[in-house]
Amino acid sequence: MKPRPFTYVRPHSVAEAVAALSRHGESARILAGGQSLVAMLNLRLVEASAIIDISRLTELSNMRVVGNALEVGAAVTQNRLLTWPDLAKRLPLLAVALPNVGHFQTRNRGTVCGSIAHADPSSEIPLSLAMLGGEVVLASPRGTRTLKAQEFQTGVLSTSRAPDEMIIAGRFPLDKSRTAAFREVSRRQGDFAIVAIGAYLKDADTICLGIGGAADRPFVTDIALGKPVTDQIEDIVWQLGGHEDIHATPHMRRDLVRRLAPIVIEEARA
Amino acid sequence: MSAPAPIEHAGLRPAGEGPHVGRALPRKEDAALLSGRGRFADDVAAPPGTLVAHVLRSPHAHAMIQRIDIKAALALPGVRAVITGDDIRKLSDPFLVAVKEPLPQWALAVERVRYVGEPVAVIVATSRYIAEDASELVEITYEPLPAIIDTREAMKEGAPLVHPEARSNAVGKRSFRYGDPETAFAEADAVVELTVEYPRNSFTPMECFVVVAEYRAHEQSYDVLSNFQGPFSAHPVMARALRVPGNRLRLRTPADSGGSFGIKLSVFPYIVLMGLASRIVGKPVKWVEDRLEHLLAASAGPNRVTNIAAAVKRDGRITALRMDQMEDYGAFLRAPMPGPLYRMHGASTGAYDIKNLSVSNTIVLTNKAPAGLIRGFGGPQLYLALERLIQRISVELGIDHIEIIRRNLIPGGVFPYKAAAGALYDSGDYPKAVEIALGSGRYDALVRRRNEARASGRHYGIGFAVVVEPGMSNMGYLSTLLPHAVRERTGPKNGAVSLATVNVDPLGAVTVTADAPVQGQGHATTLSQIVADQLGLDPDDITVNLEMDTQKDAWSIASGTYSCRFSPGTAVAAHMAAERIRDKLLRIAAKQLNVLPDDVELADGKARSRSNPDNALPFARVAGTAHWSPVMLPDGMEPGLRETATWCPPELEPPSRDDRINTSLTYGFVFDMCGIEIDPVTFQVRVDRYVSMHDAGSLLNPLLAEGQMKGAFVQGLASALYEEFIYDERGSFLTGTFADYLVPTAHEVPALELLHIESPSPFTPLGAKGLAEGNCMSVPACIANAIADALRVKEVPLPASPRRIHAILAGPEAKPPSTHTHAVAPSRGGRDITGRGSFDVKASPADVWHSLLDPAALKAVIPGCHSLELESENAYRADVSLGVGPVRGRFVAHVRLSDLELERSAQLSGDLAGALGAASGGGHVRLSPIAGGTRLDYDYTVTLSGKAAAVGGRLLDSAADIVIRKFFEGLARHMATPDTSAGERFLARFWRGLAKLLGGRA
Repeated sequence: MKPRPFTYVRPHSVAEAVAALSRHGESARILAGGQSLVAMLNLRLVEASAIIDISRLTELSNMRVVGNALEVGAAVTQNRLLTWPDLAKRLPLLAVALPNVGHFQTRNRGTVCGSIAHADPSSEIPLSLAMLGGEVVLASPRGTRTLKAQEFQTGVLSTSRAPDEMIIAGRFPLDKSRTAAFREVSRRQGDFAIVAIGAYLKDADTICLGIGGAADRPFVTDIALGKPVTDQIEDIVWQLGGHEDIHATPHMRRDLVRRLAPIVIEEARA
Repeated sequence: MSAPAPIEHAGLRPAGEGPHVGRALPRKEDAALLSGRGRFADDVAAPPGTLVAHVLRSPHAHAMIQRIDIKAALALPGVRAVITGDDIRKLSDPFLVAVKEPLPQWALAVERVRYVGEPVAVIVATSRYIAEDASELVEITYEPLPAIIDTREAMKEGAPLVHPEARSNAVGKRSFRYGDPETAFAEADAVVELTVEYPRNSFTPMECFVVVAEYRAHEQSYDVLSNFQGPFSAHPVMARALRVPGNRLRLRTPADSGGSFGIKLSVFPYIVLMGLASRIVGKPVKWVEDRLEHLLAASAGPNRVTNIAAAVKRDGRITALRMDQMEDYGAFLRAPMPGPLYRMHGASTGAYDIKNLSVSNTIVLTNKAPAGLIRGFGGPQLYLALERLIQRISVELGIDHIEIIRRNLIPGGVFPYKAAAGALYDSGDYPKAVEIALGSGRYDALVRRRNEARASGRHYGIGFAVVVEPGMSNMGYLSTLLPHAVRERTGPKNGAVSLATVNVDPLGAVTVTADAPVQGQGHATTLSQIVADQLGLDPDDITVNLEMDTQKDAWSIASGTYSCRFSPGTAVAAHMAAERIRDKLLRIAAKQLNVLPDDVELADGKARSRSNPDNALPFARVAGTAHWSPVMLPDGMEPGLRETATWCPPELEPPSRDDRINTSLTYGFVFDMCGIEIDPVTFQVRVDRYVSMHDAGSLLNPLLAEGQMKGAFVQGLASALYEEFIYDERGSFLTGTFADYLVPTAHEVPALELLHIESPSPFTPLGAKGLAEGNCMSVPACIANAIADALRVKEVPLPASPRRIHAILAGPEAKPPSTHTHAVAPSRGGRDITGRGSFDVKASPADVWHSLLDPAALKAVIPGCHSLELESENAYRADVSLGVGPVRGRFVAHVRLSDLELERSAQLSGDLAGALGAASGGGHVRLSPIAGGTRLDYDYTVTLSGKAAAVGGRLLDSAADIVIRKFFEGLARHMATPDTSAGERFLARFWRGLAKLLGGRA
């Protein structure tokens, strides 16, 4: 479990990082917290000609309110976001979802944007971003562009990021709800979610429901409170497709959603 | 001989006056370990010039090795050697095997690989990085063969043979009969039968295997440092393989171990391998096993299938037991296997007074990693079957489970008790222990909780398990697998020689060494308590060094840390050695104090007269006499102060003519009781309460004892609910990381309520028994019984994962609404990843067809294609780099088109091999004309093995489906765009599709 040779680059600015990314080509990788990338490098699952370490870029270490969103820089760790003073009040979904991300120790290093970039279908942060209608800010030699979360993540570990683009921030819309609920099923505390479910009250009649781990990317939908919830969930479980691994069958994943979603919806209404 | 009455107490005894033994003394090891100053094997400085090794492993469960090309790897700067099975075969002999069937195994695969992860080559280089780089340049051509994974399938006629020379996968069969089981079954009121499967798992140490080996050419000897744990009966096996006498294999063990749990026996083939590697390169060679290697191929407990039956009377009394045990050892039978099948043999009837017994044992070989030692070692397998049967008897007779236990327990007052198959249970009072546990453990409250839960519709169950826990194995037990006539020829095997040395230096400082390498149990603390008591010193005055050196230390074949032999074995030897030192000091002191030896005692760091305590000398002064002033010693006394004691209790006899065997010296007792509830939303088993009563004889250090019991409890819980090595039916290994091999963490572990009584063993001077494995044996059975009670089911598969509980609880699923078209998920039907789909393409069948068969422009358009050649008609070979997201690897791919039906259908098949593993697959594509184009129907089947399957399981199946669907989506899209060759796109996407199948987990 030793990586292949690679060039290590520690840029001093985003501009340098973007330049390095262009210079080293398609197999250059951005290193932020390294909680997924380093393990994959060591297992030689990833071919990386260059590792561009942005973890110490002060430009990317900020969280700031921009308009009606919290912009989280690409070097901000998950635990730092968890300690944002207004989190529970203005981003209640993240306040309940983030504690499910890995372990305290991995959250100390793992970054918010790294999790978005990695696009694991069971990850909590991309799910939350999608549920909130958040955005991903990408920088490249062509400048910056902003993508909606649902446009950004295209499949298992796959995104619409171009090879010469890097995420510089994620934007989480604020004040979407006063409360939120989030639960996940995993074999052990901190494991990848077999199924993760979040919900918040969009308006008096509508719940925003998000499901992770059961499809190739976050699944987000509205639940109309005026109609029977179980019927709507039954319709949803068949849209997920589901997949099989050693921890769950598609049938079990559907049953987990059937049983857990009504609980999370009730919690979100309370 | 009658055993003393048990002493009852709950919890730890406080420290206080009196002997150190029996006190809850904190571990003297902890200060260093908790402050980062442990000295583990990897911390020991290797000699200058040491090279490092990396082991290249098979991605296939079963294959012939056709060719290994090492040229490119050897050419990499820093690489000193690439060693293959042919090299190893020239320099070494196969390992000795316990059965008569030919099952040759060398330290590297020779001609054939038999499990995923089997070592195929060793790369020796100046760094591990370079060695791993080079391993990707070794080109190995395999011819895959059908693999056999399921234990029962392996025993059937016509199953693929793991060792064709052995002519069967079922070897070493033996049947045993004690009493008159046939009559008991014929006269039974009822026969209760059950089939029980014990799963395959391991207990993972923090530090994996480490070997530093140096071949000393001038004396043709091997000098090895390794975190080997014993049994040292493996030392002759290694020496024989290396073709040297034992004194030319010097084996040393480090000061600390990051846990072992039996697993570090299985480093022994690597000790031989690295010794040979050092010999080949002429330099010391170091190898540190990484976690992927460890999970893939280090070792595992054998999985076992048991058909078990009881002859019972109407009142629940069991008159006979019948057990058919099929134990799956994987691809090889490594010494001292099949230990787990025989270690419990004498105690096959457990804690029950059952006189009639028949047992049949079969060793089964499959294409899984070889099994070895694991904490519990045969006990968990036996008791899961036996205790599940007891619970079944209660269900089928309609009698309370605890009542069935009470009516069959060996009564108090009959010890030593000879069990049907020969175990001589030394002491205990089982009914008393059970009644105390039911009372102090508040069984009535547990029943109330169950009633309340059930009244509100929840699944709550109560389980029990009763275990007789062996301590210190009789080295002769394994010979029970040979028929008596063969044993007569080869001579008896028995005993368990334990050795310890106490040394007192010229200033009176005491050092203890012993034959039990460190694994973390706190043996240094216990030994210092034992020796301090004999010498009137404080445990802090005693230095214990448990590093071992086979050229310098006292050892024998039983040496090592396993089978709970420390308390009944090594501890006794240390006690005896200290007694001899004490007696010598008493005689020296008597002369100097001018009193009789009987009047001298060693206490408070002094030798003093009992009758006149003021008449005293410092301990150091008396001890120094033996070094400085031999002239002052009593007549005939040898100078110096060093004693090595050997302890080999007579009760450990060889197997008798009628195959009765006293498999162990001591037999503790464990009674467990638990309440569990099934989470109605998540299907998880939640342990509500867990009570464990132990009678382990005298507790040498109750704090350490409870630490061992809690550790065993956690690992028992792991076996019951979490940890399992999973292979698919083709032999791919699917649990290569801690994301899939689930070791429970502090979050998952419930509180354990421990209770104790002490029935000292009459067979050892300290009265102490083994105690560190009992809960590994009891917990899986207890939890399985509670689940059976909660769900009222007969079969409880372990580990009882949410997936398995869901399979029991979930009824048939409502059909999807017809509006959902792609609701068919890919599935791993226990065998392959399969899927299917359909797309409409805006092109004629002829266009689609021709694009499939046009290789001309392929190379240019396949991304990452380094070379592509037509091997024969409709068959291509390509060298490609493939990836999904960041996951990327280089592969050699072969793709064939067959069963061509012009413009109608074709079969695609191919395989892919690279550092990420191997894949093979196939699919059908069918074209049919529709209005405005072609309908394309496809189905696929893919099998993956090697690293990608081992570490990527969580995302693999969904990735497969998504990718293949996208590939056809892409084809459909492309066909609507006339400017590019459809065929180029098609095959390009096919490559990418295969690549994505190899995608890894995050």
